Amino acid sequence: MASLGDLERSVMDLLWDSAEPLTANDLRDDLAALGTDAKELAVTTVLTVLARLEKKGLVIRERTTRPHRYTASSSREDHTVGLLNEALGTAQDREAVLARFIGGISADEAASLRAILDTVKSA
Amino acid sequence: MLLTSYFLAALAIALAWPTPLALSKAKWTSRAPVQAVLLWQAIALAGGLSMIGSMLVWGLSPLGDDLISALLAGWNLILGQQDAEYPGIVHLFALSTAFLFALHLVLTLARAAWRTTRQRAKHRQLLKLLSNPSETRPNTLVLEHDLPVAYCVPGIAQSVTVLSRGLLTQLSAEEQAAVIAHESSHLDQRHDLLILAFTAWHEALPWLPTSKLALEAVRQLIEMLADDKALEQVNRKTLLTAIVTVAAAAASDPAGMQQPSSTNAAQVGIPGGEVSSRRLKRLLTPEPPLRKPQRGVVLACTILLLTCPTVLLIAPRLLVW
Repeated sequence: MASLGDLERSVMDLLWDSAEPLTANDLRDDLAALGTDAKELAVTTVLTVLARLEKKGLVIRERTTRPHRYTASSSREDHTVGLLNEALGTAQDREAVLARFIGGISADEAASLRAILDTVKSA
Repeated sequence: MLLTSYFLAALAIALAWPTPLALSKAKWTSRAPVQAVLLWQAIALAGGLSMIGSMLVWGLSPLGDDLISALLAGWNLILGQQDAEYPGIVHLFALSTAFLFALHLVLTLARAAWRTTRQRAKHRQLLKLLSNPSETRPNTLVLEHDLPVAYCVPGIAQSVTVLSRGLLTQLSAEEQAAVIAHESSHLDQRHDLLILAFTAWHEALPWLPTSKLALEAVRQLIEMLADDKALEQVNRKTLLTAIVTVAAAAASDPAGMQQPSSTNAAQVGIPGGEVSSRRLKRLLTPEPPLRKPQRGVVLACTILLLTCPTVLLIAPRLLVW
C-alpha cells in the first residue's frame, strides 16, 4: 500500500494531466490502471487524499455536481515557477528559508561580471 | 556593582553602534571570512548580554555586592522572608526593562524560527509533488524547469539540495560541481541558523541601524565561506562562470518569458563595468588570506568580547580591584 504522500503525488499528476475535472471514482480507476500498487484502492482513500489536497489549496472541488468533481488549482508549471520565485528571492520573504547559490548578487552585477569574463575569454 | 553596570552600559553602547559600523567597513573581513563571522557573532552576543546585564546589575545594586547575593536577597524579598531595604522604583524599573528586553529577544528568535520552519515545510510539500530525486546524487531533487537554478532547503532532520533541469543542461559538469560544493557547505556549516539569528536580531531591534549592517555583512560572509569551500574542488574561473550563468537567469523572469531588461543589456556592453560586491571582487582578484598573527588577534578579540561581559556579570566586584 502506497503512503498518503505518494498517493497525493499520483493524484496531482492525474489532475494536472487531465483536461477536464475528475471524480474520485475516475481517479480511483486511473490509479488502478497505473497499477503502481495492484491492491484494490478504496474510493474513501482517494477522497481522503483529495480532502488533504483541497486543504492545502492544491485542488478545487466542484460542489455543484454529484458526485463532486475535482481540478488542480493551478498548473504544474505555475507551481514550479512559484517554487523558483521563492528560490530566487523574488518572493516577499528575504529570510533564511532557502540557501541560495547566488546570494547577494544583483542583476546589474551579474551583467558586469559576464562582461569581464567574456573579455578574459577572448583575450 | 554600580561601576560594573556603568562599564557594561558603555560596552553595550560601543557594541551597538561604533564597533559594527567599523567592522562593516573593514577591508580585512573578506580575507578572513571565518574569523569575521565569529567576530560578528561575538559582537551581537556580547552586545545583547551587556545591554541586559547593565540594567540587571544596576537594578540589583542596592541589594548586594555581587549578582548571586543580590539575586538571593531579591528572592528573599519577594518571598517576604527578609525585610531588606526595598530597592526603589527606579531600580525596579531597570530590572523589569532588563527582563522584558531579554524576553523580547528570545520571543523574536522563537517566532522567526517558527515562521521559517513553516515556510520550509510548505516548500518541501510542493517539492514532493513537483520534483524527482536525482539519479546520480544523494539528497538532491531535480525540478523540471529550463531556468538554471540551485538552492537548498535546510532542515533539522534532513536538508535537501534542489537543482533545476536547466542547471543540469546549461552548466558543465565542473560548474555543477562548483554549485553543489557551494550549496553543501551552506548546509554543512548550518549557515541557515546563523542567518536566522541575525534576522531575528534585526527584527528585534529594527531601530538599531547596525543590526541591518550586521545581517548584510554576515550574508556576504557566508557566501564567501561557501565560495572558499567550492574553490577547494574547482578553480576560480569555473566558479565565476557558474555564478554568472545562474545570476543572469535569476535576473530574468522565472516564467522564461522575458530576457533580462534592456538596462541590463546596455550594461553588458561596458567591459569591466562595476562589480561592487566584495564576494565577487575577491573571486576576480584573489586576496591573500590574513596572516596567522593577525587572525590570532581577531580571535583573541572575539574571545575577549564573549568572556568580558559574562565574567563581569558573575563577579561584578572584579572591577573594584
